[in-house]
Amino acid sequence: MTEVLEAIRAALPAASVEPVNNPSPCAQHSLLVRTSDARAVAEFLRDSLGFDFCSNVTGVDWQARKVHETVVRRETVGGVEKEIQETVAREVPGCLEVVYHLFSIAKKSGLLTLRMRTGDRDSNVSVPSLTPVWKSAEFQEREVYDLFGIHFAGHPDLRRILMWDEFSDHPMRKDYVTPDDCEYEPTPHNGILARVKARTEASA
Amino acid sequence: MLDEDLRADLQKRGIFVASFEDLYNWGRKNSLWPLQFGLACCAIEMIATAAARFDMARFGAEVFRPSPRQADMMIIAGTVTKKMAPLVVRLYNQMPEPKYVIAMGACAISGGPFKAGYNVLKGIDRYIPVDVSIPGCPPRPEALLEGLIKLQEKIAGQRLFGPGRARHADAGNPADYPVPAYGAHDLEPPLNPAVFKPQLLRRDAA
Repeated sequence: MTEVLEAIRAALPAASVEPVNNPSPCAQHSLLVRTSDARAVAEFLRDSLGFDFCSNVTGVDWQARKVHETVVRRETVGGVEKEIQETVAREVPGCLEVVYHLFSIAKKSGLLTLRMRTGDRDSNVSVPSLTPVWKSAEFQEREVYDLFGIHFAGHPDLRRILMWDEFSDHPMRKDYVTPDDCEYEPTPHNGILARVKARTEASA
Repeated sequence: MLDEDLRADLQKRGIFVASFEDLYNWGRKNSLWPLQFGLACCAIEMIATAAARFDMARFGAEVFRPSPRQADMMIIAGTVTKKMAPLVVRLYNQMPEPKYVIAMGACAISGGPFKAGYNVLKGIDRYIPVDVSIPGCPPRPEALLEGLIKLQEKIAGQRLFGPGRARHADAGNPADYPVPAYGAHDLEPPLNPAVFKPQLLRRDAA
């Protein structure tokens, strides 16, 4: 992945591409591309680096969250220098993310993971479509549009693919609320049990 | 009605006595043409049931019809998604009376393993009357045959006249059922209260 990143930076110096490290043992690192550069980076990956196959497109919903970080600072208290550890809470704004999994059949290499992030989760949810670059992304971008509500600018046929057209929600978003339409559930989850109990008491 | 002992006695003497209802039901129960459509993995078992090894033709139900106009029964074989549910109800409405429904497998009965899902109908009995439910995930072909035999028994016992007669023989019963519409969050209405009576599961505290 490092070579790919260096090749992109050498060929497209204006493009913003940052590595996203995966600290888990699988170490599947990925590249985060600025949405305005995505089309140029994708075409470079396909035409110059041989990433001719996009196997998977998916989405991630990042809600706004607080990150607690431990910061060590030095302070002189009463003439003695001390190290003080502090926990600092930092707000990370929410966004939606699209993930592309790329392989090169010609070079027998892969997996390269490409990511794009939207500005926020409400109104600024547009990313450029990579369907013109990899035709196989067409249905999967429609699925991401359907389930996450990410708008793909330049997609040839951006319609819902799984849910019906009249549906207004995006079920894979973390704040999606499922319709209250079952009386019991085979494996009792507390949420459903509480809902059914409330409904039974209301009707009694 | 004829006394059963007298009927058996007469039959021993070579005289076969039957009511019109018996003859009529005997004829139609042994020639049930299913509507040919499958929704999920249960359909694979349904296909196996119809094929050589299990041979549904032994019970007179091998003529799978691709048109609802020619079908007597509908095997709901598989998960009914909310996107598919209006189409299933419409197919049921297009079938001529008398018509029967077999809900095959956990999904068609209640949503099955997908019961907590946002996109799965929690049982087709929310919209159309179901005659036989076959549990299983998916049910084995033997189970489908057992379900078919149960349906034949039900048909054989149906009265055509008088009180307690079959659903289709009563002009007061609806011939078709409202097709749900695609709503912004769910199907509208989410169930047909004339067909579906919710049963609450009781989990008493131990």
